[in-house]
Amino acid sequence: MSSEWPLWEIFIRGQHGLNHRHVGSLHAPDAEMAVKHARDVYTRRNEGVSIWVVPSNAITASSPSEKGPLFEPSNAKVYRHPTFFDIPDEVGKM
Amino acid sequence: MSVALDLDVALFEGLCRLGDSTLVLGHRVSEWCGHAPVLEEDIALANVALDLIGQTQMWLGLAGEVEGKGRDADALAFRRDVWDFRNLLLVERPNGDFGQTLMRQFLFDAWHQPMLKALEGSGDPRIAAIAAKAGREVAYHLERSADLVIRLGDGTAESHTRMQSALDRLWPYTGEMMMADDTDRALAEAGIMPAPDSIRPQWEALVTEVLSEATLKTPDQGFMHKGGKQGTHSEHLGHMLATMQWLQRAYPDATW
Repeated sequence: MSSEWPLWEIFIRGQHGLNHRHVGSLHAPDAEMAVKHARDVYTRRNEGVSIWVVPSNAITASSPSEKGPLFEPSNAKVYRHPTFFDIPDEVGKM
Repeated sequence: MSVALDLDVALFEGLCRLGDSTLVLGHRVSEWCGHAPVLEEDIALANVALDLIGQTQMWLGLAGEVEGKGRDADALAFRRDVWDFRNLLLVERPNGDFGQTLMRQFLFDAWHQPMLKALEGSGDPRIAAIAAKAGREVAYHLERSADLVIRLGDGTAESHTRMQSALDRLWPYTGEMMMADDTDRALAEAGIMPAPDSIRPQWEALVTEVLSEATLKTPDQGFMHKGGKQGTHSEHLGHMLATMQWLQRAYPDATW
């Protein structure tokens, strides 16, 4: 039965002010049930204040085989990383 | 003096009725753990079971306090025999198929939710506090079970047939929720618990609405079983307790 239900990607907002984060996926017959299942599967330990569900097939992903051309060029552009500043201690973690 | 004493006895009984019903249903639902049709439902059922067991700890904990004989929730749950249990007959019905489990849950939730709402207005603040906490959990139980009853009732021919047969099978066990005896009347008069009959209009409204949306035929009122609240149970409860209580019976006070 499970294999006939479409797959959904689940996003949970941990607390107000934070972004929704991808937490995993599950099967459900429709969006409403996906929200219910997400509540039961992913918020059992008080993890969330808001749930988004997205049909997995609505997500367009970058192709792993293009990893090189997509991401490697930025590796060489160190000047894009703000690593040349001395950060005062009192600023704390950034 | 004797009136106060009687009321405490009635209160202990009333609390056992609430706590035993959530305990027995909680255990029944937990029997699905690892067996539900899909992983998502398995977890959802386990959540409901755990909610009910949590409520049991509060109801039976208070019952032990009221009784004043040093019994805590565990002692009441694991060291009483079947005739001391005060749960509704509905909740001890075996799980059957997934449809029967869900229908049983819905018929109970539709009573449980308005019951807790009424208990929030109890003259006993301890009861009102437990009812308020449990009410938030049960609101979700009801939303879920009603939704699934509608989906499966108004689903395929197979799911419709199964839901109708579950409804017909369980219906004769619903009347007990609204039947009053002397204990109920004493507690209602004292303003501690609602009269069972006062829950009926809300229960009927909810059940009628959901069943009609589920395209299921509500059975005629007909014969209603009773006795669970007084300790007269079906043969199923003893078997369930044998499983549930085995560890505490074999190794009393075991810890690990």
